Amino acid sequence: MHTTTLHDAVARIPDGARLMIGGFMGVGTPEGLVDELLRQDKRGLTVIANDTAVPGIGIGKLVTAGAVRKVIASHIGLNPETQKKMLAGTMDVELIPQGTLIERIRAAGFGLGGILTPTGVGTVVEEGKQKLTVDGRDFLLETALHADFALVQAFVADYLGNLVYALTARNFNPVIAMAGSTVIVEAEHIVPVGMISPDQVMTPAPIVDYLIART
Amino acid sequence: MDAQVLIAKRIARELRDGMLVNLGIGIPTLVSNYVAPDVRIFFQSENGLIGTGPIPAEGLAQARLTDAAGRPVTAIPGACTFDSAMSFGLIRGGHVDVTVLGALQVDAQGKLANWMIPGKMVPGMGGAMDLVTGAKRVVIAMQHTAKGKSKIVKRCDLPLTSARSVDLVVTELAVIAFENGRATLVETAPGVSVQQVREATEAELLVRGDVPTMQL
Repeated sequence: MHTTTLHDAVARIPDGARLMIGGFMGVGTPEGLVDELLRQDKRGLTVIANDTAVPGIGIGKLVTAGAVRKVIASHIGLNPETQKKMLAGTMDVELIPQGTLIERIRAAGFGLGGILTPTGVGTVVEEGKQKLTVDGRDFLLETALHADFALVQAFVADYLGNLVYALTARNFNPVIAMAGSTVIVEAEHIVPVGMISPDQVMTPAPIVDYLIART
Repeated sequence: MDAQVLIAKRIARELRDGMLVNLGIGIPTLVSNYVAPDVRIFFQSENGLIGTGPIPAEGLAQARLTDAAGRPVTAIPGACTFDSAMSFGLIRGGHVDVTVLGALQVDAQGKLANWMIPGKMVPGMGGAMDLVTGAKRVVIAMQHTAKGKSKIVKRCDLPLTSARSVDLVVTELAVIAFENGRATLVETAPGVSVQQVREATEAELLVRGDVPTMQL
């Protein structure tokens, strides 16, 4: 694990990268990393996240700036700009049921090829997917979803990279931390090693590659 | 009585002490306002909270404590938080007793469409498909008609949310159940006749004997 600056962390992300970004309607989104992506004018990004927040917040800023080529999310209804770009065909949007999206991400991080879920059976979601019957019940095979980078927001980190999340800002963060090839963490507080009780650690340190140092 | 309040009050009577309940956005959110004081419900927010409390007083919002629409909420004593995989494990895994959701259409077999109007409104399904697939009981809170057209249709022409049928639909006119896959009129709203409900409903309704009036 390396501590680094916002600038240097984001400089590692090339145009066209596939990013997982934590947050639910902007809550738990690493806002500093998002702003730095905009400042460095990254283009052609694929963003995998629960939603695209609203214009002016979190992933909404990336959508508005035209930095995103494709969004993979469960819900975009509260961001009219995402809907507009999708219907106009200027940005690809792939919609996935929320429980399936998080499990596909979890599968990637946990070394699974995919998961079997009943969600989506008998709907348009099943189109083009393999259906399996287990004990008489139909399931869809949903494959693992990987990313080049996971951009994680934590409440507390120590200098080894152990992470704690707060309240509903946890959401996708600990799951994407397992699934990104490179994991970049922006924490609200950084504390000395040993300050976080082992029982409270939600993401173990060896998972984290870069921690943004507070300046 | 306001239509939305009537719907919310009636649905609140479906909830029992100790249940884990997930409320969707819109009319469903109102249901929590009408639960009897001696009934303790565990309300889940799909973004990772059980024990969702009322909207915080002005100035007391906590930026990291929000509901599924991203609005500030409170957490009651005894609340717990978790990540999205746990949240949807609870939902898909059959641990949620009741989910209350809005709808665009419900058909004569109880099939639900509530997540998109192709080419027009594509908000995404969010957690709706998992909730309808996994919750023990699915209750729909909706106005009976939209722009004068029945929302209870013979067959949904909008994309379905799940292959599973919903259990109960509550509107400002009626309560409709789907026992054995057939829309059955089980209650009418105060001052509304069976005939009025039938006239406002595209789907054929099964009526058995006298239909009681909604208790609120």
